[in-house]
Amino acid sequence: MSPHLIPADVDPVGRADRALTVTVDGVPMPGAHGQTLATVLLAGGRSQWRTAPSGGSRGVFCGIGVCFDCVATVNGIPDVRLCRRPARDGDIVTTQTRLSGDAR
Amino acid sequence: MSRHVVVIGGGPAGAAAAESALRHGATVTLIDSNEALGGQYNRRIPAAYGVRQPLSIGHGYDSAARRARLLIEHPRCEYLPLAAVYQIERGLDGACPAVRLLIGVEGDRRVHRVVAGHALVLATGAYDRVCPFPGWDLPGVYTAGAAQTLAKTQRVLVGRSVLLSGTGPFLLPVAQSLAENGTEVRAVLEANPGRRIARHWAAKPWQLRHSAGKAVELAEYVACGVRHRIPLRTARAVVSVAGDGRVEEATIARLDADWVPIPGSHRTVPVDAVAVSHGFTPQHELAVAAGARLTADGFVRVDESQRTSAENVWAAGEITGIGGAQVAAVEGTVAGLAAAGAAADRSLLARHRTAQQFVARLAAAHPIGPGVLTWSQPDTVLCRCEGTTRAELTDAWSRAGGDSYRPAKLATRAGLGPCQGRMCAANIEALRSRLCSDGAADDASPATGLAAASPAWRPLAAPVRLREIAELDNEGPS
Repeated sequence: MSPHLIPADVDPVGRADRALTVTVDGVPMPGAHGQTLATVLLAGGRSQWRTAPSGGSRGVFCGIGVCFDCVATVNGIPDVRLCRRPARDGDIVTTQTRLSGDAR
Repeated sequence: MSRHVVVIGGGPAGAAAAESALRHGATVTLIDSNEALGGQYNRRIPAAYGVRQPLSIGHGYDSAARRARLLIEHPRCEYLPLAAVYQIERGLDGACPAVRLLIGVEGDRRVHRVVAGHALVLATGAYDRVCPFPGWDLPGVYTAGAAQTLAKTQRVLVGRSVLLSGTGPFLLPVAQSLAENGTEVRAVLEANPGRRIARHWAAKPWQLRHSAGKAVELAEYVACGVRHRIPLRTARAVVSVAGDGRVEEATIARLDADWVPIPGSHRTVPVDAVAVSHGFTPQHELAVAAGARLTADGFVRVDESQRTSAENVWAAGEITGIGGAQVAAVEGTVAGLAAAGAAADRSLLARHRTAQQFVARLAAAHPIGPGVLTWSQPDTVLCRCEGTTRAELTDAWSRAGGDSYRPAKLATRAGLGPCQGRMCAANIEALRSRLCSDGAADDASPATGLAAASPAWRPLAAPVRLREIAELDNEGPS
């Protein structure tokens, strides 16, 4: 999986990441305060988490809240754009699909 | 009583407008959708990230931070971050439009506000336009803006081996952000021919005298490209990508001056991500809702004081034409001043004139070539949300009377998905006007009684949940 976080120890901006954990489809995933949910997923090796009606996979595309490719259910609220949602410790993310016949 | 100027947008244009209005005695409400001022250009690493050197990346952060501090601390400025303006209501009898907004993180319970001042300045910016090509909906294809934002403010790199493709100088800082953080940038591909770019940038050099800062920035990007051995190629583009479930390779073609791929020039490069920007789409939902007229190429039409055709509404920055942060700041200064009821001095007028010339030069040097419409195939998805393919749209258009925008939309669902056409509408409209015989089919008909469907018309400018609307009703007007 190619998207990846710059390791904190070599990052010239001098990061001191404060850890948090979110759950994605039941699987715990580590992140840091300040990340969006989208980059928690990207840094955790998931570059796609939504299924379009065509069956195509979607993840981050525009990165700034315009395209809605990256929506998922967060703590029970559907269609949240993960690229605009700051990650909070304990967030529960459920991926969505719009494939016909699929309830989610 | 001092004039109350409402500014929407906290990027270079909006912040400059707010500062300029404050300097001329106005009371200002500054509304921004981000958590910190700066817009896309000076978007910062979130405070929660706890970085020690937050200003060590990017251009103009110091002056943007100074301006942000001035605005946040100013006694006559109310600053509303994390505020999504979802609707504009036109004023009666020439009154300034009222702005409806929700403040807070989407998904949380948000605070509702209605703000109406004496003048409204719109500085809502633009986002990358990506024209469809086979595979552009595969994971691993990002807008160049996404690659830039993820690298600069989230410290996430979209790939280890990346191609940048599109048109315009914006590709260069993206290449820098990726390369300096360890990504191998295989090439920066500029679709327009070098001779066109050189012709427009070399013409009338005296007009560039206020753009010295841009020249320094450009020189730095070029030096970075040399340092990291990034090839910069003109008249080339990524015309398709392929892979098993995600990007594994990209096909590059040489293009003629109209962006039509030259037969036999295709070659395939293994990459794990592609970042693309075929220019920018202005984020002009609010301007359209306010009643502002657009130019033929879809930007908000303004006069020499950045005034729109809607009464008491000004516009500045990328929604009025693509010129970058420095141009946006000059336009914002002019707009804020006019909105506050003051007149620009000669030096500002001169800077404003050269800013406009810079916008025109950029547009002339880096247009989208009509040949881009040949890149998609019948099975290429044009509407990413709904999965509508090119063939589904051309079939709808080929049926009698079905060649206008709205019927095709209703028949194929293109543009009706979650993004409401933000990514696809400009591309679909360009294809429609190219393929359909009458070019400018107008589907405002007495039969439907509806206004002409425009790719720009989205009455709700930001997503609002029905629950939030229901709660507004319970609370009554605020």
